Amino acid sequence: MPWRPVLIAAAALVALAAPFAAGWVQTFLILALAKGLAVLGILVLLQAGQVSFGHALYFAIGAYAVAFVARGLAGGELVTLLLFSAIIAGLGGLVIGLFVVRYRYIFFGMLNLAFSMVFYSILEKFFHLTGGSDGIRVPRPSVLGLTLGRDGFELTLYVVAIVCAVLFGVLVHRYLKSPLGQALRAIKSNETRLEYIGVSARRVLLVAYVVSAVLCGLGGAITALAQGLATPEYAFWIRSGEFVFIAILGGAAHVAGAFVGALAFEGIRSFAAVIFADGWQMALGLMLIAVVLFASEGIAGLWVKLTGKSAPAKAEAAP
Amino acid sequence: MSNALLSARDLSIRFGGVVAASNISLDVHEGENLAIIGPNGAGKTTFLNICTGWLRPALGSVSFMGRDITAHAPRDITRLGIARAFQIPQLFTEHTVLENMLLAAAAHAGRWTPFRTLESIPERAAMMDLLALVGCADIAHENALHLPEGQRKLVDIAIALALQPKLLLMDEPTAGVASSEKFGIMDMIVAALKQRGVTSVFVEHDMDMVTRYANRVAVWTTGAILREGAPKDVLADPEVIRTVIGG
Amino acid sequence: MSAQTMALAFFDGVAYAALVFLVAVGLTLIFGVMRILNIAHGSLYAFGAYAAASLVAGLGLMGWSPWLAYPALAVAAALVGIIVGGAIETLLLQRIYAKEESLQLLVTFAVFMVLENVQRLVWGVQPYFVAEPVQMLGNINLGGIDYTRYQTLLLPAVALAVLLGLRLFLKGTLSGQIILAVTEDREAATAIGVNAKRVFFVTFVIGASLAALGGALAAPTTSILPGMGADMIVLSFAVAATAGLGQIEGAALTALLIGLGRSFAVYLAPEFEVLTPYLIMVLVLLARPQGLFARPEARRI
Repeated sequence: MPWRPVLIAAAALVALAAPFAAGWVQTFLILALAKGLAVLGILVLLQAGQVSFGHALYFAIGAYAVAFVARGLAGGELVTLLLFSAIIAGLGGLVIGLFVVRYRYIFFGMLNLAFSMVFYSILEKFFHLTGGSDGIRVPRPSVLGLTLGRDGFELTLYVVAIVCAVLFGVLVHRYLKSPLGQALRAIKSNETRLEYIGVSARRVLLVAYVVSAVLCGLGGAITALAQGLATPEYAFWIRSGEFVFIAILGGAAHVAGAFVGALAFEGIRSFAAVIFADGWQMALGLMLIAVVLFASEGIAGLWVKLTGKSAPAKAEAAP
Repeated sequence: MSNALLSARDLSIRFGGVVAASNISLDVHEGENLAIIGPNGAGKTTFLNICTGWLRPALGSVSFMGRDITAHAPRDITRLGIARAFQIPQLFTEHTVLENMLLAAAAHAGRWTPFRTLESIPERAAMMDLLALVGCADIAHENALHLPEGQRKLVDIAIALALQPKLLLMDEPTAGVASSEKFGIMDMIVAALKQRGVTSVFVEHDMDMVTRYANRVAVWTTGAILREGAPKDVLADPEVIRTVIGG
Repeated sequence: MSAQTMALAFFDGVAYAALVFLVAVGLTLIFGVMRILNIAHGSLYAFGAYAAASLVAGLGLMGWSPWLAYPALAVAAALVGIIVGGAIETLLLQRIYAKEESLQLLVTFAVFMVLENVQRLVWGVQPYFVAEPVQMLGNINLGGIDYTRYQTLLLPAVALAVLLGLRLFLKGTLSGQIILAVTEDREAATAIGVNAKRVFFVTFVIGASLAALGGALAAPTTSILPGMGADMIVLSFAVAATAGLGQIEGAALTALLIGLGRSFAVYLAPEFEVLTPYLIMVLVLLARPQGLFARPEARRI
């Protein structure tokens, strides 16, 4: 299949050329890729047929972790900040995951939603700690000891975003092909059988949940650094909904779908902001409904159909 | 205390008004092929459900190799060495037949690191052999969702065998398999079991299968064990004939 | 905590519980019958509040008797339930009954997004106030403290009436029995000729109207803000889940439990006010994963 390397090369060229195009392209790409990381987290859980409507929780945890530490250290260092936020988000995922992985489908989705909205309320209320609805400003950290100006920092962040996207894209791809990742799809198709081959579905799902929390946390951290601000809105249910929407739009079967979807989404949003302005959320909701009703395979699924590339065995759920 | 492989004592359970098990006591000895027969609704599958931890009995206990396993989780009981093939085959319908096998093999071998793909685990060759054993090597790459009933049954059994169990529980193993193939395949399965020293318990409605493969029979009727013993004795018993085999 | 504060917290909690119950019971009824969790339920609550505010304000502008505000609340709720609820069911839900649970949830989530946006477009983001219905009923003095009659008497009375009314309807009327039959066993009910489609429509409209009624009744007690829908959907889910999805009487009890828990938290540890309902939910679910009153379903293999 000659497609894959050609695509990757093309993507790499675009990625490298971008910083020279225009400043806003760079920012756009950083935010889109960070969002793509979060969507990757949703995608992982989607393999087990589970949709979380509250993963903005971890997005916000990542963002606020960076904000707190950066503010406390008057900057801090980029790589350590990112590592730290990923770990904190992962720990959060572990604690909440231990409870939430006992549940499936509706309960799973709604419990996550509930926890994220509780966190949102806490972020808003505890003004003295969290800055309330104004949020916390994130000072610019140093990078491996170097203090950079605004442009230099943004370029670095851009490179970081690309590296993370590729790195985690590959890692998650491998994870999903490994027995542990394939066991997720076994949860979706026959959890009983999974138990009867001696596997704890809860543990399999917990691993996926923590992975998803780390990915969302990293996405949130990068976003907060790019925007220089962490606000409660990072945890709001609409943001969780965006992640889910992109995951469905990008197609739940392929890792690349997360980033393609995020880029498409952010691209459309930039245009739509002009046309739709106040009706953006409604347009999103209607699009999501349309996708579910008419094309639940998403972009990646359509791509598979068009190129004839063999998709992993994907069964239609019997009504 | 018996040194049977699996030992059930005084199992009792009811669902609403239905007594599904009433003081069921049964030993399964190592190396034997025990057939469980009885009319529909007599509680045969319930017995398997209790033994594998799917149901918690109201009374009684189950032990395996001397360890109490009453109401333990199915996954723990499976890891102890009891594997199950179901009345309605339980397959992973988003995976191919071979992938079903590989998942079982990976689970048994504990292959949980992310450094190799499911497809490349070393047990792959052994899984293809197992599929050949049950006559399903040619459908290895078919999606498990669309298989006909007979093949689903066989794959279900193969998955159980992939777990290298000490005790294999089969619920109507060849139901749905073409009659011309039943004996051939069951011959291979039973031979493989014997070769690996696997004890088997199978629920069966086909008396030909019982006479050919069982060295012991237990007869179920409305939640209780009516008779148990050597096939030729039990199957000749007039009450058994009346209750189970019918006119 | 003085006896006075306790009394305050108690009556506060009961009034709050009454409102949450109305929304939660609609949510749980819809789930019980249709096995769909309607995330847009929060929007129906919000629409009920906004519609009530608009209607009452409209009455005021037209100079009609202020006492018409009370039936206006009910009318607003009914309008939202029938028009918005009916539209959602016929245009959307009917198409997804056969789909995977996850996809169904996605659709109701998307509907929520759409409705929240519509709400902002129609009513904007400024707060609405419609305090007359509360003021007109005046206060009642209990144990030396003044409480509003609206919150101490009207709200619990309506909640109780709905609870009893639902029970009577479901157990005592033919339509109610049909709904229960579909809940118990959809296939069997259709086999004996029950029109499941119509049952779903009626159930959804009833559930939606109840949510809207909760909103309409809540409107006079608080400032109506965007975001009240989101707060209410997670809260009503917490109440419904703690009781066990589908449990109607149970939802009344858990609404009381959570309502009282929250209002006592307001007086004892105000920072934890938001947390309390969910803390209660988590504690209950840890002990009984399907909810307090859920009937354990036999798993078949």
